[in-house]
Amino acid sequence: MSTDLNIDHVANLARLALTPEEKARFSAQLGDVLGHIEQLRKIDVSGVEATAHAYPVFNVWADDVARPGLPVEAALQNAPEHRDNMIVVPKVVEGE
Amino acid sequence: MNYEAVIGLEVHVQVKTRSKMFTRVEAGYGRAPNTLTDPVVLALPGVLPVMNKVALDAIIKAGLMLGCEIAPVCKWDRKNYFYPDSPKNYQISQYDQPICRGGFVEIELPGSARNVMGEHKRIPLTRIHLEEDVGKLNHETVDSLIDYNRAGTPLMEIVSEPAMHSAEEAFAYLTSLRQTMIYGGISDCDMEKGQLRCDANISIRPAGETKLGTKVELKNLNSISFVRDGIAHEIKRQVAVIQAGGTIVQETRDYDGQTGTSQSLRTKEMAHDYRYFPDPDLMPVKVDEAWKARIKSECPELPFDKQRRFIEQYQVPYTITSVLVPDQELSAFFEEAAKLSGKPQQVGNWIVNDLLRELGNARIGLAEAKVKPAHIAELVKLVDSGTLLSNAAKDVFVEVFQTGDSPAAVVDRKGLKAETNAGELEQWCRDAIAANPKSLADFKAGKDSAINGFKGFIMKAAKGKANPKLVDETLRRLLAGL
Repeated sequence: MSTDLNIDHVANLARLALTPEEKARFSAQLGDVLGHIEQLRKIDVSGVEATAHAYPVFNVWADDVARPGLPVEAALQNAPEHRDNMIVVPKVVEGE
Repeated sequence: MNYEAVIGLEVHVQVKTRSKMFTRVEAGYGRAPNTLTDPVVLALPGVLPVMNKVALDAIIKAGLMLGCEIAPVCKWDRKNYFYPDSPKNYQISQYDQPICRGGFVEIELPGSARNVMGEHKRIPLTRIHLEEDVGKLNHETVDSLIDYNRAGTPLMEIVSEPAMHSAEEAFAYLTSLRQTMIYGGISDCDMEKGQLRCDANISIRPAGETKLGTKVELKNLNSISFVRDGIAHEIKRQVAVIQAGGTIVQETRDYDGQTGTSQSLRTKEMAHDYRYFPDPDLMPVKVDEAWKARIKSECPELPFDKQRRFIEQYQVPYTITSVLVPDQELSAFFEEAAKLSGKPQQVGNWIVNDLLRELGNARIGLAEAKVKPAHIAELVKLVDSGTLLSNAAKDVFVEVFQTGDSPAAVVDRKGLKAETNAGELEQWCRDAIAANPKSLADFKAGKDSAINGFKGFIMKAAKGKANPKLVDETLRRLLAGL
């Protein structure tokens, strides 16, 4: 399974610039994780229903009642730069 | 060689809710930038999403109206990507367990003439899932500005099978889908406000071939006519590429409706890798029969079903129904007036011709109009009984529209009641015959149209208040006796 691991691809997806040493270290660590998953895959779970949660709780919701949000000043206060009450980011075209 | 186009549409529809999908800050359009945010929208540390019950009701309603299967249980997934339209670096969506599967959109293709109903078809759906909308990026010269007001708005993604074969079919699909959503009160589907957005997957193949060709995704189809024009343009472009000996490249193209051209968006060769995984912050949704039954009871009659019923039940022409049915309010108005008067065809004509004209002139909607269904019914009865002449009735309608007074009151006030005094009418007829010996001779010689020679005389004497039907009957009776 660990042979499927493409560390460059994974790092790129996470937007991480890794040094060759880090790549080697994380490849090994992630390989161990995948090895553990391989072990888990050997367990027969054919009688177990798949679930995304360990606890059977459903339909946790709220009524659709709008309440005030953050003042625009507060919404912008963590932004490194803003203009016209909008957050300034480098120009990026989707998919690049 | 002949080519067949294969088209699938991905339509995003914003659900009409007061608050956002996973938090209760207000959802809205056209507000000052970044005034509709809260810690959940901005993905501040420690926040937890909580589902919007009304958004769930709405997607179940959409599914039931479109004949989908509603999943008994479904979950939420994170779609991971880096782009500043999402402050979380992921979008909450549904990956392998959409809430709705299957179903179809009934469409009507253009008929052979404007007054002829076109062919109907069912375009199958793959799925409908619920997700959250993302923020809006405004691209400037050197940088981009983000407004997160839209981020977190409940958004349905409605995916069709690749089952359409022309720009006309795609246009009809979108028109029908939009109509259905509006009927259900699910969304206002205003494309200018981004409440309905459409991407198209288009490929071509030699006629008769069953394998799909390489598809091109067309984006930015931001009006229904741009969808039609953009798809027609893309089909033509692909055929030209193939005919020139080229091959279609899988890519995303941006259609510019203003210039009617498209250009390739530079994209990486690598397929998107969104690394979907179940959102640990959200518990699954379980839809039981009782919930489905409650929503089912709230589903309105579908537009095409209403149209078929109007034609069958009220015998109104297709053209009238195609004006009434797209407007739910107008359809209800028609139906009430039709029932009150028992003359649905006349009611249909008054609504489609006179009511819509006056609403247009006054620039108001039906809800603000003073004229009510009972007024139309009364007007139809007055005309039908001969109390009010058709010409005069047009003016009465305008007066009713402006004042909200009953047609009978307007007729009285304006002295428009048709002359029905039989004695007086007969005298006018006798006078007319006596004054027009030539018409009399022509009529007796077998020229039926000569009867019109008398009518002008009578109408003049009656100052337009004589009932033409009665005049005709009386004249014929008198002439037969001469």
